[in-house]
Amino acid sequence: MDSFYEWFKILYDDTGINLPFLYDSYDRGRMFDGFLMTIKLSVLCLVFSVIIGAVGAWLQNSPFKWTRRFVNGYIQIFRNTPPLVQMYFFYFAIGALLPKIDNGYGGEMPILGGFAWAVISLSFFAGAFNVEIFRSGIEAVPKSTVEAAEALGFSRLQIYKDITLPLAFRVMLPALNNNLVNLVKTTTLAYAIAVPEMLYEANQIWSDNVNVTEMMIFMLLAYFLLVGILVWGMNRWERSMKIPGYG
Amino acid sequence: MTTNEAIPMVSIRNVHKSFGDLEVLKGVSLDVRKGEVICIIGPSGSGKSTLIRCVNALNDIQQGSILVEGLEVNDPQLDKLKLRKKVGMVFQQYNLFPHKTALENIMMAPIRVLKQNKQEAEQTARELIKKVRLEGKESSYPGELSGGQQQRVAIARSLAMKPDVILFDEVTAALDPETVGEVLLTIKELAEEGMTCILVTHEMAFAREVADHIYFTDRGVIVEHGAPATFFDEAKDPRTKEFLSQIL
Amino acid sequence: MKSADHKAEYQSNFQGGQKVAYQTDMPVMMTPSPKAGPSFRFSLKPWHGFVIAMACIISSGIAYAVTDKAEASIFEVLVRWMPLLLEGFVFNLVISVCAMGIGTFVGAGLGLGQISLNPLLRKFSWAITQFFRNSPWLVLLFFSMFLLPFEFKVGDMTIPLPDWVKAIIGLSLPVMANVSEIVRGAVQSLPSGQWEAAESLAYTRRQTLWLVILPQCVKRMLPPWMNLYAILTMATVLASIVGVSEVMTLTGQALAAEGGRTDLLAPFYSFILLLFFVYCYPISRWTVHLEKKFAVIN
Repeated sequence: MDSFYEWFKILYDDTGINLPFLYDSYDRGRMFDGFLMTIKLSVLCLVFSVIIGAVGAWLQNSPFKWTRRFVNGYIQIFRNTPPLVQMYFFYFAIGALLPKIDNGYGGEMPILGGFAWAVISLSFFAGAFNVEIFRSGIEAVPKSTVEAAEALGFSRLQIYKDITLPLAFRVMLPALNNNLVNLVKTTTLAYAIAVPEMLYEANQIWSDNVNVTEMMIFMLLAYFLLVGILVWGMNRWERSMKIPGYG
Repeated sequence: MTTNEAIPMVSIRNVHKSFGDLEVLKGVSLDVRKGEVICIIGPSGSGKSTLIRCVNALNDIQQGSILVEGLEVNDPQLDKLKLRKKVGMVFQQYNLFPHKTALENIMMAPIRVLKQNKQEAEQTARELIKKVRLEGKESSYPGELSGGQQQRVAIARSLAMKPDVILFDEVTAALDPETVGEVLLTIKELAEEGMTCILVTHEMAFAREVADHIYFTDRGVIVEHGAPATFFDEAKDPRTKEFLSQIL
Repeated sequence: MKSADHKAEYQSNFQGGQKVAYQTDMPVMMTPSPKAGPSFRFSLKPWHGFVIAMACIISSGIAYAVTDKAEASIFEVLVRWMPLLLEGFVFNLVISVCAMGIGTFVGAGLGLGQISLNPLLRKFSWAITQFFRNSPWLVLLFFSMFLLPFEFKVGDMTIPLPDWVKAIIGLSLPVMANVSEIVRGAVQSLPSGQWEAAESLAYTRRQTLWLVILPQCVKRMLPPWMNLYAILTMATVLASIVGVSEVMTLTGQALAAEGGRTDLLAPFYSFILLLFFVYCYPISRWTVHLEKKFAVIN
């Protein structure tokens, strides 16, 4: 394996193409950590945003006027304002209001770090889109099918679990996948609050090695591949979920 | 096709139903005895579909009473589950669950609602598929079946709940003429086995052959009713005569 | 009796045209469609403003409560800095308009390239579109900031490329890719009957495209295009990360100038959120209105 990495050192010596994140073990480690951080951010935000979407869609049907208004207000605000500013708001403004804890070195640090705020902020951002997606998926289930289940004696919860959700899910899947891809791309914003994800680590490396061109091209390729694999995987999942006999 | 008991199985008394300001049922009363086959016919908008949807509480009624084996439907405390175990319904648009196979469609309600175990439910389901003459289609999804086949699966699905009375809401109206026959045959067999059926239909020939009693509704009231033998040939009310002359 | 007739009879036979609660629909999955609602009125509903105002007031209120009252009140400070921030915001809008213009122009070309009959051009356009679509906007911004020269020579002239111009170019890249997809999607969504009809009238491909297909596509392209513009406007704040002086950088400088008071953070950021909301929300409502309007026509 080392000889594989050595080849890149030779490449640098011969052609000047500097890829330190391949031949240098420290930089390699940093890059890989950054990659893992991007994955962690994406997965956590995906999970939370889907939960927020499901809960939001359910609350939208609440009989209480103010609950509905609150959810709609949340959606409109998070969809029509820049996610970066939302992140700053969470990290700086709200973060400053929370209590500080002792960090063990005699100093103080905020109770929630950059990573936590990035997850919170991005989850709410993606969640706002997901509420709409969930709502349209649930609405796409024909009322007559739900009625047939009612006529058979299913309870409301059973109908939701066995009929509405499985059918709604198949309608929602393309939009959810699209949202997931956008989420992965949006994790780069965490750079702004110093979360060590891929872009941040790349920045560190190019600051040290002054090889911006190579790093930039690598970043573009890396995200292209990451998103490409995700899209491919999602397409396969969509196809496997198809109901035979339907469009 | 006819067994009589003193107390009717379904007893509809003076039912009024409105959608907003529009009154659709204006005091309808009828009785259905156990084992009887009732056909309700009438022009569009006369309220016949609305009426049978009231029987299994899919629509609520503003006034009147519907008793199903002693259970009052117009009761705010009604146990809908109990009602729907007694009353089955087959819809015009079949309304099968598209993400389940034919067999699973039939099995789902007994497992989830009647809490039967899977083997028992599956066995019943297979027998019912045979009964509606759809062997070989157990693993097909609704999207892969023809309209008539889907409707028969829908009938089997209602039968799996072992109801005491089945409501049929214009079940052949959305079918191609070729497939209407197979569905009507299934219903006829059910009737001959003694199932209490309430049908809303336009199939006059079928009604004449299978029904014990025919009701004619127009604009929310029952205009005339009678046994098929007398109803079709000796209709008294001019509205009835006009309707029949258009249909027959 | 077919189900369409059945539905029609319900709707025509009930006097007064009252809508019946029970409708028979074909049991297929309905495509998600926008809920029928009141037609578009170009105004914020009171409750929207209420929600935002509440957010600003509450966060400011909390901050105010922990403030040392000797310092200048938050509201005074905000009002003092408002002209500068608004100027910065206008700059953001300028960036967004320019990037949208460039991106649309190039993207339309790419989109037409994706439907070209020349397989090489088709593949090339597709590859470029996919590449720039899958890249995060921030990375593309970095890309253009670092890799574009700060000036370039054309003949005798040296044209300087200030930061904000590079940011515009950087932001126009994802716009270009998305516009390309919008154009391709719109063209492909037209029924093939249109192409066949034009062909049988002996139109050349170019005539078909410009006289028949594209005019019809414009309507379909408008809602997603406007949606893209709203997204782009919100993305202009990314330029602050790469050092362009726009509203976020100015906010940071204003907060620093006020001595880093933590109680100012919430109000200032809320104000920025409000600015973008006031600009982008009407756009998104108008987009929904256009979608409904064009859906009816189609």
